[in-house]
Amino acid sequence: MWSWVLQRITGVAVFFFLFVHVLDTALVRVSPNNYDLVIASYKTPIVNLMEVGLVGAVLYHALNGIRVILIDFWSKGPRFQKAMLWVIGIVWLVLMVPGAFFMLKHTFETLFGSTS
Amino acid sequence: MSMVDKPTPAPNLPAPRSARNARRSNFELYSWLFMRISGIVLVFLVLGHLVIMNILDGGVQRINFAFVAGRWSSPFWQIWDLLMLWLAMLHGGNGLRTVINDYAERPGTRFWLRTLLYVAVIFIVALGTLVIFTFDPNIA
Repeated sequence: MWSWVLQRITGVAVFFFLFVHVLDTALVRVSPNNYDLVIASYKTPIVNLMEVGLVGAVLYHALNGIRVILIDFWSKGPRFQKAMLWVIGIVWLVLMVPGAFFMLKHTFETLFGSTS
Repeated sequence: MSMVDKPTPAPNLPAPRSARNARRSNFELYSWLFMRISGIVLVFLVLGHLVIMNILDGGVQRINFAFVAGRWSSPFWQIWDLLMLWLAMLHGGNGLRTVINDYAERPGTRFWLRTLLYVAVIFIVALGTLVIFTFDPNIA
């Protein structure tokens, strides 16, 4: 039940981001300066952290969506629905840890100084 | 005993049939199927987009107008983005339609929320499509 609630919450959140994201990308049709100015806000530490949240939400929605498809169409899906929830949780962690590292690398370096 | 052997037929009863309105549409079935088919395609399109834009080669820090111009000089990425835009907006729009239908109980609220949703989806799909097709790398 909670996997279904989280599927809804992540879905609605991603939809609202998509709405804003098409609007900001449409600025390439206005001028390069306007686009670059707005995209600069995506590169700030706080928005950068929100991007990790966005990727985490999309990744959960995608993995749980595949799980829902398997429950619907795979004959053994309903029997393994709980096990599959554990599997997607582990896959989510395995992908998010290195993903978050690379996404936040630049922010860490600007906030705390370069390590290299 | 004789009553079991010879039941009295009731007069003028219509023939048995399934409880189904002849004019019922299959829209909800097709939208359910669409969510699954578009979902599988979007797993590749959106996760690929996120890995390229946010993780590879410096991630979001390297994105600017020149980066977009470089990508959209290739029909491959134009088609990728166009397909992603349409599928994601229809998938997300249909998802929000389901959420509105589940939680908005007053008929007036349902009507206006759905109208707002449909206007937003049509606007974003039209705007995004226009931008992809009319992109000009040499804009002033």
